[in-house]
Amino acid sequence: MKITMAHGSGGRATSQLINDVFKNANSNPVLDMMEDAAVVAGSGRIAVTTDSFVITPLFFKGGDIGRLAVCGTVNDLLMRGAIPKYITSAYIIEEGADTDDLRRIAESMAETAREAGVIVVAGDTKVTEGSGNVYINTTGVGFVPEDTDIKSSDCKLGDALIVSGDLGEHHAAIMSRRMGIENNIKSDCAPLGEMVMNMIDAGIELHAMRDITRGGLGTVLNELASASGCGFELNEADIPVTPEVEGFARILGLNIMHMGNEGKLAAVVAERDAERALGIIKNSRYGAAAAIIGRVTGGEGVVMNTRLGGKRVITELFGEGLPRIC
Amino acid sequence: MPDLDGIKRYLREYDGESKIIMEVCGTHTASVSENGIADMLSPKIKLISGPGCPVCVTVAAYIDRLIELAMEENTTVISFGDMLRVTGSRLSLRDAAAVGGSVKIVYSPFEAISLAKASPERRFVFAAVGFETTTPIYALMSEQIINEDIKNLLLLTALKTMPAAIRAVSGANITGFLAPGHVGVITGHRLFEELARELGKPFVTAGFKGEELLAAIYALTKLKSGAALNLYPSAVTYEGNVRAREITNKYFEPCRAAWRGLGIIDGSGMKLRDEYSFLDIGSSGLVNDSVKDKGCRCGDVITGRISPRGCPLFGRVCTPDTPCGACMVSTEGSCFHYYINGRV
Repeated sequence: MKITMAHGSGGRATSQLINDVFKNANSNPVLDMMEDAAVVAGSGRIAVTTDSFVITPLFFKGGDIGRLAVCGTVNDLLMRGAIPKYITSAYIIEEGADTDDLRRIAESMAETAREAGVIVVAGDTKVTEGSGNVYINTTGVGFVPEDTDIKSSDCKLGDALIVSGDLGEHHAAIMSRRMGIENNIKSDCAPLGEMVMNMIDAGIELHAMRDITRGGLGTVLNELASASGCGFELNEADIPVTPEVEGFARILGLNIMHMGNEGKLAAVVAERDAERALGIIKNSRYGAAAAIIGRVTGGEGVVMNTRLGGKRVITELFGEGLPRIC
Repeated sequence: MPDLDGIKRYLREYDGESKIIMEVCGTHTASVSENGIADMLSPKIKLISGPGCPVCVTVAAYIDRLIELAMEENTTVISFGDMLRVTGSRLSLRDAAAVGGSVKIVYSPFEAISLAKASPERRFVFAAVGFETTTPIYALMSEQIINEDIKNLLLLTALKTMPAAIRAVSGANITGFLAPGHVGVITGHRLFEELARELGKPFVTAGFKGEELLAAIYALTKLKSGAALNLYPSAVTYEGNVRAREITNKYFEPCRAAWRGLGIIDGSGMKLRDEYSFLDIGSSGLVNDSVKDKGCRCGDVITGRISPRGCPLFGRVCTPDTPCGACMVSTEGSCFHYYINGRV
């Protein structure tokens, strides 16, 4: 069935759509009450984040917009050391969208939420004119354990920098799809709760964490450097990237350091805990390819020792990261 | 040739005659920056960037014409992403899109065919920019347009060929050339052998990996003037890709072309042949190159007269976010690479 403006009328068609597609997939006691607002339990310091998801295509190798909408928000909570508990999901659906697609998206969202240990407690659906696109906003709520305080401004001289796996996969997967290039590159879209919670439980001295999304590791590290008033020194040879993504980037003139992931993090940890933290990440789901790739320096900005033996500066991403001619 | 460590040591400690080597190709410039090669060389070996970035050598009049077309009713300009942010005499294509111009980015010229077929009532204009490497693709595209009788897809061309540009920049200060590997795939190494003899300077055809570039630079410090060496034989043969040249020559012929920084050079461009001129939407005569920022020295950068850091705008008013000239826009542009990779 195709979505029409009637599905956004607030009347019978709207409630049918909500019941058939969204409530079914995400059924839980809070949502099922269908009240105007969800009332949930919790205490202590609360972390809140919100994010909107716009992606073409809606379905891609390794994920879809539903999985993405959960992972993006859950991972943002985790980066502050918060334990994710609740999310909301608001859909803006263009006329012409297919209800089978919506059902797949809602189911994928529900499955990812289960994996990430969050429940969808509130939702909204709007329909607008357009050409069948779907946009999702999710807001996440999590609780921060008592002694945990992880923030971008806490990187310290000598800290180790760990990335949790191969760079660039989401970016390369989406771009391959858009360009009609056949390959085996999959989006890495994933919730990172297991590795983060395992580190926190093990008492790792985590100073700062960021998930590596749009703008890539280069942008993340420049932001951390500027928030903490420090620099980073990286070793290119240690940066994990699959040969397939590396080749894809080379052909299109894209820079691995500016390609986004959706299931990778950069963690800045006290040097004495570095090896232990690496071991924990490697033993967690989605962390097998993790590596220590550099350290915090007293300088400013991000400098990389190239594989060849030279040095180059890594800036944040400028522009859109579009492929070049030639 | 010594092993990689030997080459690195030699290049670091080199104390012979001063060498000024031009990286002709934009992808070489990118690789030099990304590998941090400039800072692995002795002060007596200097690398300068050349005219091999297709976007960077495009003149303002061409961009202006694209913008006019994008603003015309029922017309969409199709372009590669690089081109969007380059400013013509006043605006860029992206500026035009922001005020209602119709501009569409594609990754391959063949997407343009699908777009044109999907909206037969609309006119599409492809911004066909590039060198020897890209022109065969436009030839194939032209062939498909003709075979399938697609009436609503036209080309605005600013196609260029390398030899004339290399001749034009080959001033006395340049001691050798890193020959453009991608162009070589099409033209064959033979072209560089001929240029080396003609200009009396060594040419080395090089691949794009860091170690391949170091080997090529090493060779350029050793080769005699007028000698040529192919260090990229896995991709570049002596004769090149004859089929690609044939299809190019079927649809295109040499013409005068205007280059940013170099001016008008006879025989340095390619245009659709007269019998296919019905595919062209008025590409000739687009030679004016007055740019908005009078201080912009892209022209001097492209011709190797100054390094990007020698331009007074570099890094101050001109950054990848606020580019004044094309060299700061393109991911193959030398200013862009000097800026984002901190190249000295």
